Parts: sequence; C-alpha cells; structure tokens
Amino acid sequence: MTDTVDKTPAASVPPEQIKAIPVRHYGRWVAAAVVIAVLVLIGVAFSNANINYGVVPDYLTDGTILSGAWHTLYISVLAMALGLVLGVILAIMRMSSNPVTSTVAWFYVWFFRGTPVLVQLLLWYNIALVFPILNLGFYKDEMNQVMTPFLAALLGLGLNEAAYMSEIVRAGIQSVDEGQTEASHALGMTQGKTLRRVILPQAMRVIVPPTGNEFINMLKTSSLAYVVQFNELIKRATDISSTSLAVVEMYFVASIWYLLLTTIFSIVQYYIERRYARGSSRSLPPTPLQRLRRNLSQWASFRRPEVAR
Amino acid sequence: MSSLVKDITPPSSGAPMVKAEGVHKSFGLAHILKGIDLEVLPREVFCLIGPSGSGKSTFLRCINHLEKISAGRLYVDGQLVGYRQHGDKLYELKEKEVAAQRRDIGMVFQRFNLFPHMTALENVMEAPVQVKGESKAVARERAQRLLDRVGLGDRTGHYPAQLSGGQQQRVAIARALAMQPKLMLFDEPTSALDPELVGEVLDVMRDLAEDGMTMIVVTHEMGFAREVGDSLVFMDDGVVVESGHPRDVLTNPQHDRTKSFLSKVL
Repeated sequence: MTDTVDKTPAASVPPEQIKAIPVRHYGRWVAAAVVIAVLVLIGVAFSNANINYGVVPDYLTDGTILSGAWHTLYISVLAMALGLVLGVILAIMRMSSNPVTSTVAWFYVWFFRGTPVLVQLLLWYNIALVFPILNLGFYKDEMNQVMTPFLAALLGLGLNEAAYMSEIVRAGIQSVDEGQTEASHALGMTQGKTLRRVILPQAMRVIVPPTGNEFINMLKTSSLAYVVQFNELIKRATDISSTSLAVVEMYFVASIWYLLLTTIFSIVQYYIERRYARGSSRSLPPTPLQRLRRNLSQWASFRRPEVAR
Repeated sequence: MSSLVKDITPPSSGAPMVKAEGVHKSFGLAHILKGIDLEVLPREVFCLIGPSGSGKSTFLRCINHLEKISAGRLYVDGQLVGYRQHGDKLYELKEKEVAAQRRDIGMVFQRFNLFPHMTALENVMEAPVQVKGESKAVARERAQRLLDRVGLGDRTGHYPAQLSGGQQQRVAIARALAMQPKLMLFDEPTSALDPELVGEVLDVMRDLAEDGMTMIVVTHEMGFAREVGDSLVFMDDGVVVESGHPRDVLTNPQHDRTKSFLSKVL
C-alpha cells in the first residue's frame, strides 16, 4: 500500500538527463579530409584537361544525338520486352517435368549466357552466311534484306537478355513457398491459374529488382549495337565526332544521356517495386512524393496559427 | 446465431463421406502408409491423432489428392479420388478433373498458407471467383459474411502479415468454407499458434462441427478431440492402431502404443 503512494509522485519527476562528453571520432575527420582532397584533385585534373567542355551543352540537344537517344531507348525497351517474355517461357520450360523442354532451356541459357553479346550481335547481322534466303512459306526474301540493323540489334540483345531473365524468373518462382501451390490446388485451382494468380504475383517481388538492374544494364549494353550499324547513341556520337573532331566531348554528351535515362528508370523501378511489395511488410515507407506532400502540409499547418493570430 | 455454413451440401446417400480401403503410400523407399482402412460418416467430426511421422498428415493429404496413393482405394462421397475406373482398369484423372474433385473438399493447413499479396477479403473471394466463376459481388458478399462469422468482419482489408496467427488461421478457414465444401480437412490447424491463440481457432471449428460439417481433423488438441470429436483414430507407423469414440480411446486405451503416446501428451 505505502509502496504505491510512494511511487506515484516519484514517477512524475522527470529523471535527470545524462550529460556526458561524447566520444571524439578523429578518424572520421581525417577520412573526410582525404576524400575531399582526392575529389578536388580529380576535379582540377578534369577541368585542366585538353577537353573543350563548351561544346558539350551545344550537342546535348543536337538533332542527331536526340535521335540516337531515342533509338537507344526504344531498342532497350523492345529487347527487354523480348527478353522478359522469352525468359518467362524458358524458366517454365526449365522447371517442367518434360526432360526435352528442360534440357533445351538449360542449353539455351548455357549458350547465350556463355558467349559475348558482341559476338551474338555480329552473328545475327551476318546470319545470311548461314541462311542466304529466308523462306517462311508465306514469305520469302533474301536474308540480307530482312536482317536490318534494327532486327539484328533486337535479336542479339533480346535473345541474350532472355537467358539472364529466365534465371531471374526461375529464382523468383522458386522463392515462393510450396504451401502456396498446395493451398491453391486444395481450393481447386489448376496449375495455370495457380501460376498466374498466386505464384507469379509473389515471385514478382523477387523478380523486379534484378530486372530493373538488367534493364539499366540493357540501356548501356545497347551501345554495342553500333557494330551492326544501328543508329543508337554511341553510333550517332561517333558519327558527329568523325566530322567535328570533338571525340571525347561527344562521349561526354552520350554519357549524360545514359545517366539521364538510367536515372529516370531507377525512379520507375522504385514505384514498381512498391506495387509488388503489397502485403509483404506491415506498412510501406512513404514515397518521396508523399513525404514532400506531408512535409508541405505540416509546414502549412505550422504557419496557419500564426496567421490566425 | 447465423451458421457458418449456409446450406451444407447433403450427402448423396447414407454412404460414408470418406472411405479408405487398404491405402498405402510410399515416397521412394519410405513406406509411410501401410494399409489404412477407415470410414468417415457424413456430419461426423473425425479426429486423427498419433506421433509425428505416423502418417496422419500424409493420409489427410491423400484425401484431396495432394499426394497420390500407391495402393488401395480411396473414395470421397462415393467417388474414387484421383482416378476413374472402367471395368478393372484405373485411369488417372486429368488435371482439370482432379481440380474439380478438390473444389468440394476444403483444407486448412498447419502454416495457414494464406495468399500474402491479397487482403483477407480477397483471399476468401479468390477461389469462388477464379474457380467457380462467381461474380465478384456475390463472392464479396459471402466472403464478408464468412469473415464476420469467424469474428474478423473488421479485418477484411488487412493483409495476412498484418494479422496474428490465430486471425490468419480463421481467415484460412473462411477461405476454405467459401467454396461451400462438403468435407473439411484440418491438418494440425493449431500447431503453429501461440498457446493463447489456439482457443479462438478451436471455437470456430467447434461452431462448424455444430453446424453439421463433416470434418477430418489431424490434431494434438486432445481436449478438442474429446469434446467435439465423434470418432477418433490413433495412428502409428503408418497403420491404424486403435479407433473408437474419443472418450473411450482417450480415457481407456487398449493398446500399449496408444497408452504410451497418450501418457506423453495428456
């Protein structure tokens, strides 16, 4: 009884805050100074280099460069789409109980992952050496007419990507708990419906981050398509530099465009990941946009009482 | 009090809901079930107990063909499970036909196996819409009613990760009931739950039993088996050791193996 009487007033007195001298982290100051010094040196070296930075902004929105950026963007999107669709098919083939399909899928991945993309691009471009005539029954033409730089780039990049995507998709599907399949089957769902409604949506959480990575890789790997005369960014930059003599400057221009494209798609990826994170954690952190909006409204609500006075 | 089951599908006849004749199951060299014979009558609560590895969960999974039996015959509501018999030849059922058989058999798992990317309501709606082709409105209405009935009417928008184990298992029961099954299989439904959450799940199962649902329950909850069960089977090492009314088997076991098992769990 007396205990409770004693404790009640004691609890209302706030405890004395600890006032201690914090540990000094001298190492951190040294590390920061070293890093800044190195950065300054690099900056100075680049600014004193024999590079005409003045032309970079001029060429950034040059028509040829813009068309190159557009070609890079669309070949990347199309090759990625091809890789994604084919990758899903290959992953399902690989996991099927049919030994022929799973062996073929394994062989595909082994070959396309094991040889350089550059070689694959050149092979497609020169496929006329193997098949001089393309004969689809309803359509017949010389292969050299059919295999345009665009088609060679699409097949070279897309089929290579499919090998990587199939491994990513397979990992995603296998990451889903087997209990999910059992529960769906017990409810009377067929294999196909289980895959579509239950397994793939959950596998997406595992598939999306490395796929984003692959896409960003693809934006840059597509530069290899210049060897098949596809008019992407690097090819266009080289075209200009061969007449303007601003070689390194044009690579800077191209790099700025690559950075811009990868930045945009990193942001897109962030939102796609959130979409497939539904139900995975108790509450999702707010997006930068939501954070900004909330901060603005808080700021507004802080201001309001002052206005009222 | 509204009932959990609106209208239980009446059994086709007075015949047993589940009938097992010499059911064997092997995984490679491991012989799990060694000749199970038993009958489960309509509206009966049939409890399966036994030590782990005795084959009781495997037998339960054979009933809805999640596992293929290696020998014997297994019937649900007079229909052979997973096969069709023409003369003296057995034909494996196609995937779609197996799926159709499973529609009428609800199953509740030890680890819930709710779909984590769907809310509680979506979990319950999924199978009626996707499998039976019901309209979303009808499915939603029934899902809401079932979730109300298992005491989760205010949690419909929650994802499984936002629910406790007991709540998840009640959603799982509602999900199975949404298909209006004629038989419910429970595979150790309370084994993965914290002790204080076991009661809420058993309460729902007790209500379901009172509504006349035919239930086969693999369980370690001897109290539930004694109070709610109509029949009880003790399995060990792939065979039925002893069966009878739960009160008789639990209080007056005849076999030594049953005695030694019960002395450890009671």
